[in-house]
Amino acid sequence: MSKKRVRIYTGFERFWHWTQAVLILFLAFTGFEIHGAYTFFGFREAVRYHSIAAYLLLTLIAFAIFWHFTTGEWRQYVPTLENVRAQLEYYVFGIFRNAPHPTRKTMLSKLNPLQKITYFGLKVVLIPLVVTSGLLYMFYRYPTRYGIEAISVGSLKFIALAHTLGAFLLMAFLVVHLYMTTTGEAVFSNLRTMITGYEEVEEPASTGTLEGQQA
Amino acid sequence: MVKEMKRAVPILVTIGLVTAVAVVSALTPKELPPTPLAQLKEQYAKKRTPSVDHSKFPQLQRAFARPQDVTSACIECHNGRHTEVMRSNHWRWEREEYVKGRGVVYLGKKNAVNNFCLAAEGNELACAKCHVGYGMESVKTFHFDDPRNVDCLVCHDGTGTYAKAQNKGGQPAPTVNLTKVAQSVGRPGRSNCGVCHFYGGGGNNVKHGDLEEAMFEPTRDVDVHMAVDGANMQCVDCHVTEKHNIRGQLYSLSSMNRNRVTCEQCHTSTPHEDDLLNEHTLKVACQTCHIPVYAKVNATKIYWDWSTAGKLRNGKPYEEKDAEGNILYMSKKGTFRWGKNLKPEYVWFNGTAHHYLPGDRIEDPTQPVILNRFEGSYADPDAKIFPVKVMRTRQFYDSVTRMLLLPKLFAPRQGEGALWEDFDLLRAMEVGMKEHGLPFSGKMDFIETIMYWPVNHMVSPKEKALQCSECHTRHNSRIANLRDFYIPGRDRSPKVEAFGKGLLLLAILGVLAHGGLRVVTLWRHGKEGKR
Repeated sequence: MSKKRVRIYTGFERFWHWTQAVLILFLAFTGFEIHGAYTFFGFREAVRYHSIAAYLLLTLIAFAIFWHFTTGEWRQYVPTLENVRAQLEYYVFGIFRNAPHPTRKTMLSKLNPLQKITYFGLKVVLIPLVVTSGLLYMFYRYPTRYGIEAISVGSLKFIALAHTLGAFLLMAFLVVHLYMTTTGEAVFSNLRTMITGYEEVEEPASTGTLEGQQA
Repeated sequence: MVKEMKRAVPILVTIGLVTAVAVVSALTPKELPPTPLAQLKEQYAKKRTPSVDHSKFPQLQRAFARPQDVTSACIECHNGRHTEVMRSNHWRWEREEYVKGRGVVYLGKKNAVNNFCLAAEGNELACAKCHVGYGMESVKTFHFDDPRNVDCLVCHDGTGTYAKAQNKGGQPAPTVNLTKVAQSVGRPGRSNCGVCHFYGGGGNNVKHGDLEEAMFEPTRDVDVHMAVDGANMQCVDCHVTEKHNIRGQLYSLSSMNRNRVTCEQCHTSTPHEDDLLNEHTLKVACQTCHIPVYAKVNATKIYWDWSTAGKLRNGKPYEEKDAEGNILYMSKKGTFRWGKNLKPEYVWFNGTAHHYLPGDRIEDPTQPVILNRFEGSYADPDAKIFPVKVMRTRQFYDSVTRMLLLPKLFAPRQGEGALWEDFDLLRAMEVGMKEHGLPFSGKMDFIETIMYWPVNHMVSPKEKALQCSECHTRHNSRIANLRDFYIPGRDRSPKVEAFGKGLLLLAILGVLAHGGLRVVTLWRHGKEGKR
């Protein structure tokens, strides 16, 4: 058995992932300060930093969407029921018996079926919830300076509550997401892959990168 | 390598060019147009020079036996102007107001009920010291149609020596040199307005809290507009006056949303650089953030208990004062509490107020009676959050008719039933109510009343404006009492909080359990492997 370095994540993907990670953490930190959970920057500064980070994240999301569609990578996130059972069984039983991963990460199929479902939900439900409520929060009767009352909503309440709910869900995701990085071949191998872009796989055959989902 | 370097050349050139343009434009000094604030400062820095010198007019170079003769001399040239004054509420002591649910009412000092000295009617000799006329001994008998009784001098005196006599229905003090004052007339300054408006309630700063002696010559910290070391603005710079119609009204006496002075008339509704702050002006009055404290120099009266009035010591009325000279007890008036450097309270207000009028029946005597209830709520597009001084008083009330009692307080002599002469409470109620044409059952009780006094003056320099965190905070928010809307930092939904925190906890516990189990099983595997 030879060890082989297989490329999983492109440079842009890693840039996107880590920038997004930093921004979301910073947004959560400033956001929960605005929410009144603690005082660190002070309310006014927290609002200012939160807004700046929000614009940066929106820009990043725009690039990421462009990238996903131009490269066809969006297909990675199409949820499938195939192998879901195997993957679930792995996390519930196999992982405790040192069983092999039921699916393999490759350039063409980076996500296991559970990840597909999770990230699909993240991208189609949770991120849009946070982004939409965040945009409404920012532009809720906001551009009055220019004489526009573009979005005239009766109350900020539901916008703010949706945004808060989204923040809690994202934080719960983060906890599980961080833990799941330890479930690779070794505790830090998934993390290393996300940083370097390469995964070291034990490869009996020479064609390791063609089809990932070995049954 | 060479090929790649060649490709990099145009990119580097472009970056270099853009940087060069940016640096050059940043270093070039720009002629920026003056900011709106700088324009305003310039506008109000201009010195006004009077167009005429009244001391040169032969009509005024004579002795005046009576103040009415001065008025006649004024009208000789300024013919017709007295009619403008006589239409004003400074003269009429009332305005015609339409109040929803009540119809047209006439409301003003003539008939208003407040929770200081309670009512002017019946006490005119004393109260009319601040009427812009001469000889008002009673609102019932005063000749409101006699132009000679218009007091031009109290507003237009330029000497600072004009003063009205105590308890003479608005007559000038006998010491005033009417000729000198008449020759000095001009545009009213802070001292003209201040002689009445700073002393409402019978002493400095008693009523308003934001209008007092310190405003004659305030520093910037006290009032950024009127500051002698700043813009040095006069009252009439904001209370713009046309044909003696002075813009501005106070809601202790006014009901309708009209003829108001606003900050926006100069500053516009979006005066901040920061859009987030401009956004606030939709729902928050300028005063709310820009007057963080009032009564900055001298204390203002915040509580009055009439129930202790009338006590005598050795058969004589007496007074007690605190270390700063604020009166704490007065046989004539009862017990007081004072406050200095006060944080205002905050209310929704759309410019319409509802007043308790003499004879109104109190629906629920267990609750404090609001003498001037302000309309407004978050849902009301015309309402904003305003700062107010809240005056709280225990005052007389008839437990049978459920009316507030309006006692006779002042009389020039004993024996007329006036409380301040005879110290007989029941008799003062009887005489007072009779003069108002209202019944009195003889059963006197006490009831809590509340009055709102909008805080509009003593605007602080912008560095001292309210900080975000004074409202956007869970604890001790300045607007903690306004609960009909959501603001970030103060409000939460218990459901969202419980769900969110529960979910987080579940995630953490799940991860710990799964991880713990993995560690344990791997450790066992390891052991087995070694065996």
